Amino acid sequence: MTTLPLGAYRPGRTWLHRLPAGAKLLALLVTAVVVTVVRGPLSAVGFVVLATALVAWSGAPLRRTLRSLRGFALVAVALTAYQAWTRGWAPAVETVGDLLGMILLATVLTTTTAVDDLIDVITWALGPLRRLGVDPARVGLAFSLMIRALPTTLEIALQTRDAARARGLGRSPRALLVPMVVRVVANARATGDALHARGLGDD
Amino acid sequence: MGRIQLEEVTVHADTADGDLLVLDTTTVDLTERRIALVGPNGSGKSTLARLVNGLVEPSAGRVLVDGLDVVDDGPAVRRRVGFVFTDPSAQLVMPTALEDVALSLRRTHRDKTARRAAAQLVLERFGLGDLGDRSVHALSGGQRQLLALAGVLATDPDVLVADEPTTLLDLRNARLVGDLLLGLEQQLVLVTHDLELAARCERALMVDGGRVVADGPAADVVAHYRATA
Amino acid sequence: MSSSTPTKTRTRRSTGTDIALIAGFAALIAISAILPAIKLAGPVPITLQTFAVLLTGAILGARRGFLAVLLYVAAGAVGLPVFSGGASGFGVIVGPTGGYLLGFALAAGLCGFIVERLPRRAFAAPAIFAAGLFSSAVFIHTLGMAGLVLNADLTWSAAFDVDKVFWIGDVIKNIAMAVVAYTVHRAFPDLLPRRRPRRAAPAA
Ligand SMILES: Nc1ncnc2c1ncn2[C@@H]1O[C@H](COP(=O)(O)OP(=O)(O)OP(=O)(O)O)[C@@H](O)[C@H]1O
Ligand SMILES: [Mg+2]
Repeated sequence: MTTLPLGAYRPGRTWLHRLPAGAKLLALLVTAVVVTVVRGPLSAVGFVVLATALVAWSGAPLRRTLRSLRGFALVAVALTAYQAWTRGWAPAVETVGDLLGMILLATVLTTTTAVDDLIDVITWALGPLRRLGVDPARVGLAFSLMIRALPTTLEIALQTRDAARARGLGRSPRALLVPMVVRVVANARATGDALHARGLGDD
Repeated sequence: MGRIQLEEVTVHADTADGDLLVLDTTTVDLTERRIALVGPNGSGKSTLARLVNGLVEPSAGRVLVDGLDVVDDGPAVRRRVGFVFTDPSAQLVMPTALEDVALSLRRTHRDKTARRAAAQLVLERFGLGDLGDRSVHALSGGQRQLLALAGVLATDPDVLVADEPTTLLDLRNARLVGDLLLGLEQQLVLVTHDLELAARCERALMVDGGRVVADGPAADVVAHYRATA
Repeated sequence: MSSSTPTKTRTRRSTGTDIALIAGFAALIAISAILPAIKLAGPVPITLQTFAVLLTGAILGARRGFLAVLLYVAAGAVGLPVFSGGASGFGVIVGPTGGYLLGFALAAGLCGFIVERLPRRAFAAPAIFAAGLFSSAVFIHTLGMAGLVLNADLTWSAAFDVDKVFWIGDVIKNIAMAVVAYTVHRAFPDLLPRRRPRRAAPAA
């Protein structure tokens, strides 16, 4: 069954866990920039090795990590082939290596950081935008709600697909897509009611 | 005990084919500890329940909770009134159980560590102490409804409104949640199709076609509903 | 039927519901990008990502639609694996296809802007289709090509060659988008605020 590499937080005591969420997020952003600036296949390979080591250290279960990389595998193969053909092997290794490394690092972040902490950092970082009419608390809430909605939406998508198939309508866009979107809207409205009832829309 | 008053409340709904009268000039005064709302599908029970915390606003008339107008003093009323929905999945808005309860405590506990500790205590009170880090998506239906209840009761509301809280649960969990609700010290407004549960309340209202058609001691109203259904 | 009541109130539109809709559609876009491609029409499998992006605009309107796509992009940027193929990170935004991601948010906003303003009588699937196609031409393809040129060192004509591969899929996706958006608005008639010309727009 399809699973999401989300809600992937694994409580632990490693140094990676204890690092403040803000520092990890900043490191991820800086790495993304550094990786695009530094050229050459060797640095990309080194980056992947380093990222893999961090994943192992973070205690992310091997099975789940591999499963979450399955989707990327297809893209990686196509991208490698395309780049190797048009620009040669070195750029191919560089591009795909950099991407793989970033995905692995993102896995480290989500494995060692509670979503709650991540959202606090985002909320804090948005503080200066308050004067422009941005409400950081609302943005934080929107992030949490989105993360909460991911597994629900995946389930809705799979269920409506099964329902369409069961009726022999597996290829009808209407039968596949309309019920899915209707349920997404209904779900969001129920969530909005719940927020309202819990006094979270008032502020 | 709290007091919930509806004064000549009318609710209209805006539908594709025009205006629909959902609740017709209804006046009730609820002071009992446990009040059940019963009646057939589409009769207006949920609408009546939702009026109590402003999820539905009256088209005419007023709704008061302890003297506070639900429309004018919305935030104050919602701090007083907790609401439990039929489907707990929609009510649980945060990714993990602990975070969801912590969200409720945001107003009372500014500091995050203290908030998490308090949320953990609440989870333990509901027998969910081990599930704090679990994704709410991965909980069973019964656990989810208990968690939703924990999230609402964490803020210690004076009134609890529950709209068919046991409908999606199996027998055992329905009994568990039902007993828990009826045992609360708070005032309870309970919408339910479970007539045995309704009969255990002090007072019941039977709603039909957007009107309260019977009102009195729960046992009598339930008997009347059984006889007329 | 009573007909003389001056105020028609029902469930109120609350901030909570707006935030939940924004988050719900951000999640829908994410799932559409992650899920394996499906075969809608013909043999070419297409992913549902652009479908979901324009649909978000057409269903939520300009402001909420734009914010939903922005939330999706931001979530991917900070590390949630929600970009196509499960990729994530700031690197994707500064990467070759980053222009498309930024174009998504603006296109959803524009599509919503147009759909919100469709007169009720012209509110039909073909009009929504036109709004979607126009928005994607104005923002997704242009910014997408600009991203290819800036971040992947392609020439404009090479970028155009890459971009035009998506055109046929785009038309198909917009047809599906329009049919779905139209049907969903029929199921939830109050999703977009009714435009009452004589009254001021409700404060957002
Ligand atoms: N926002 C709305 N828009 C249109 N119709 C509505 C709306 N809210 C309620 N109604 C209609 O009002 C009537 C009463 O609805 P309500 O949900 O209160 O019934 P109920 O007694 O809770 O029913 P059930 O036992 O099925 O939950 C129904 O006919 C319903 O279709
Ligand atoms: Mg109901």
